[in-house]
Amino acid sequence: MTAFLYLVVIILFAVSVWQMSKILSMSKAGEDSSTSQIANDKDNKINGKLMLGFVIFIYVLAFISFYKWSDVLLPDSASEHGVDIDQLWLISMIIIFIVGIITQWLLHYFAFKYSGKKGQRATFYADNDRLEFIWTVIPVIVLAGLIIYGLFTWSDIMNVDTEDDPIVIELYAYQFDWRARYAGDDNILGDANVRLIEGVNQLGLDASDPDAQDDIVVNELHLPVGRKILFKMRSQDVLHSAYMPHFRAQMNCVPGMVTQFSFTPTKTTEEMRLDDEIIAKVEHINSIRSEKNVARAIAGDEPLELYEFDYLLLCNKICGNTHYNMQMKIVVETEDEFNEWLSTQDNFATTMKN
Amino acid sequence: MSAQGYAHPVTHDEHEHHHKETFITKYIFSTDHKMISKQYLITGLFMGIIGIAMSLIFRLQLAWPDKQFTIYEVLLGKWGEDGIMDPSVYLALVTIHGTIMVFFVLTAGLSGTFSNLLIPLQIGARDMASGFLNMVSYWLFFLSSIIMVMSLFVEAGPASAGWTVYPPLSALPQAIPGSGAGMTLWLVSMTIFIASSLLGSLNYIVTVLNLRTKGMSMTRLPLTIWAFFVTAIIGVISFPVLLSAGLMMVMDRSFGTSFFLSDIYIAGEVLHNQGGSPVLFEHLFWFLGHPEVYIVLLPALGITSEVIATNARKPIFGYRAMVASILAIAFLSTIVWGHHMFISGMNPFLGSVFTFTTLLIAIPSAVKAFNYITTLWKGNLQLNPAMLFSIGLVSTFITGGLTGIILGDSALDINVHDTYFVVAHFHLVMGISALYGLFAGVYHWFPKMFEGRMMNKNLGYVHFWITAIGAYGVFFPMHFIGMAGLPRRYYTNSAFPYFDDLADVNVVISIFAFITGAAQLVFLYNFIHSMFYGKKGPKNPWNSNTLEWTAEVKHIHGNWDGPIPEVHRWAYDYSKLNKDESDYVIPGQDFVPQHIPLQDNEEEMNH
Repeated sequence: MTAFLYLVVIILFAVSVWQMSKILSMSKAGEDSSTSQIANDKDNKINGKLMLGFVIFIYVLAFISFYKWSDVLLPDSASEHGVDIDQLWLISMIIIFIVGIITQWLLHYFAFKYSGKKGQRATFYADNDRLEFIWTVIPVIVLAGLIIYGLFTWSDIMNVDTEDDPIVIELYAYQFDWRARYAGDDNILGDANVRLIEGVNQLGLDASDPDAQDDIVVNELHLPVGRKILFKMRSQDVLHSAYMPHFRAQMNCVPGMVTQFSFTPTKTTEEMRLDDEIIAKVEHINSIRSEKNVARAIAGDEPLELYEFDYLLLCNKICGNTHYNMQMKIVVETEDEFNEWLSTQDNFATTMKN
Repeated sequence: MSAQGYAHPVTHDEHEHHHKETFITKYIFSTDHKMISKQYLITGLFMGIIGIAMSLIFRLQLAWPDKQFTIYEVLLGKWGEDGIMDPSVYLALVTIHGTIMVFFVLTAGLSGTFSNLLIPLQIGARDMASGFLNMVSYWLFFLSSIIMVMSLFVEAGPASAGWTVYPPLSALPQAIPGSGAGMTLWLVSMTIFIASSLLGSLNYIVTVLNLRTKGMSMTRLPLTIWAFFVTAIIGVISFPVLLSAGLMMVMDRSFGTSFFLSDIYIAGEVLHNQGGSPVLFEHLFWFLGHPEVYIVLLPALGITSEVIATNARKPIFGYRAMVASILAIAFLSTIVWGHHMFISGMNPFLGSVFTFTTLLIAIPSAVKAFNYITTLWKGNLQLNPAMLFSIGLVSTFITGGLTGIILGDSALDINVHDTYFVVAHFHLVMGISALYGLFAGVYHWFPKMFEGRMMNKNLGYVHFWITAIGAYGVFFPMHFIGMAGLPRRYYTNSAFPYFDDLADVNVVISIFAFITGAAQLVFLYNFIHSMFYGKKGPKNPWNSNTLEWTAEVKHIHGNWDGPIPEVHRWAYDYSKLNKDESDYVIPGQDFVPQHIPLQDNEEEMNH
């Protein structure tokens, strides 16, 4: 696989070197005159052909990229709203590709077709209101469609309907880890402020607030499948961003304010592990890891563990030196499993007592 | 106004007697716009070498995160011990790479160079409105460059909170070491840079408005001048906002105010700051930051318009539509900044508004792209290196612009915000495109800058083709790692297994990056060699219509030895035929320069 890629790169490079040497040798003639550094018919011809070659290169590059790397892309959305996002994404992508393929072709094909020759006369064609009108109106119509579709999707995602009775969970970010706080039986998060951080009270909960007593602070995020979750984000120090790519969810965590994002997970971790795309991805990653392990064994290093799929919460806003490893595991499970897990966790009142 | 003195025709004799120039007044503290433009270009290229070298170093780290390279130790010293790159210096490299490329190379190096060179020459002026302010503008830029480079050598490292320097990370040395003295120098450097940019922009605006030669109405201006003029206006509107954001940041860092800081617990203690908001900084930053994209891009598009029309031997298609789209882009650019902040925690309703304005900007951009393509249609294309770079620009502008339709849509932005998809998008649409504009300008106007010497075209072709292939090779695959969900500014993707399968994409990207980087050495060699040994070409090597080619080849103060030429037509009478369509307007010559009066057998057109 990788060898193939290297090969492609080397071949492309060789082709360009070959073409260059050709250009160099072909344009040696007539070096003395003052016009020697101005493109002549020969240069126009060669570069015109290269332009045609170049647009084909772009197409081939796009094709190879899709062929080779489609399997690294994110799997189908594991949240309800994510399906809409993926749909809009697909439509936008199709439009982009159609427009891109056509315009790139015209651009480079014209550069090839009309490359200069002595005696060739360019057409004096300064403007045409009808053409200008057409290619103003077509983008207007297409974009209007995309804008309207996008805005509906956006407001559906961002306007949280509290009548759905969402489970309230706080995501708490600090350099360089995450904590999650469940609101407990009352489903109300107790007051908190960084000024109250002390000892085991890592998140600065207000011990005098009755709503805070049943709050549960954990370092692994569990979510029940099919229930709407309302995340409240907080940060202790600098900007962070709670990024859950599999759920098409992201929101910055801003010190001094509480931000929010809401979604409904639709696939448990177990279901996701049985998803074809995920199985292929995990196999791929594990084959890479086993390859590395061979090398590690020779060097006497400990082998890497084999990978098993888990949802991730990643930090996606530069937050300091260990930004690249600020992540938390997310477990999506059935409501029963979730409730059982939650009941085994200590609540705030218990933690403070101990 | 000092330039009024130049309005009188200066005779040759006066010239010889009144301008005894010393080395210092000619090459260092020069007030001549042509020299200042060369100073801008060379400083910009020098900063570009640093910026690009940094990107190659961190590409090495991203492709082979678990290998050791002695080059880290050589170049990064204590941050590269045993050939392992320190995570903090990785962040410093991406931060300074961004800052240098956006501000020092593509703002000052591109707009500074060509606004200075072309505004007086193309509008028919003896110099800028104020040569002195112009000189001050360059030296402030030089000073800010020096300070930015100095910041690399600070004990705790240079600024490393990303080029967007979002607080609190950039405000608190406890959060990241680079936010100490390194960040202070960053702020000082940028403050001076902004002053430089404002002085330059005001000068450009005044010059374009007041010093046009007789007959040069606004609708006869070449599109380059329109682009530089509008760019300067956007700069004057938006740079002061960054300055105020910077000053508030200085206050927060040094004087205990709380503009951007609130409720922070860091390094085991609670800070006193209360009531500020980092989101406020984001608003202020992007109020400059987004127009900045167009400050970078519009001059490149202006250069491209001129180069494409000249080399296609055709008028630019839809001159008025081109001007209108420049104005529309400029206006819209000031009301779209919020699309960088869809998920910053600002009100979702604002997200809707900014999605709307952002997607609107695609319309004038599309018009420009279509007009370029139509200009090529049925032309007689002279594929000089400058022309190739201009066509390359249209190509990357389209590719990068199209992904902007995705990122500008708030709903889609949620999942690709701050991933490599964004990195790929903006590098293509503003980074590579603007660099192509810069290269096109250098190849095209090199004879104007260096008294008739021309750059070697074959090295130019080599430079273009490797760069063109390399740039797509770097940034096209990069979209895929973004769509895989890989966040940007990660020192390594191998700290946890999920992104292990992206390793080979990263290797491919890095290899293309090294090849592309190497191609820039060809350009550097060509540039320096041609400066001294380049072949002298004809006075008007590209058979261009604009006024700069009527000016003296040898640089003299005042540009034209005799009176300033009067303008009788627009800049795009290429391949115009006479009334009976038997031959060109001037028989045997497919262009009619702007200073040629209407011919007998010629139809007058109102463009």
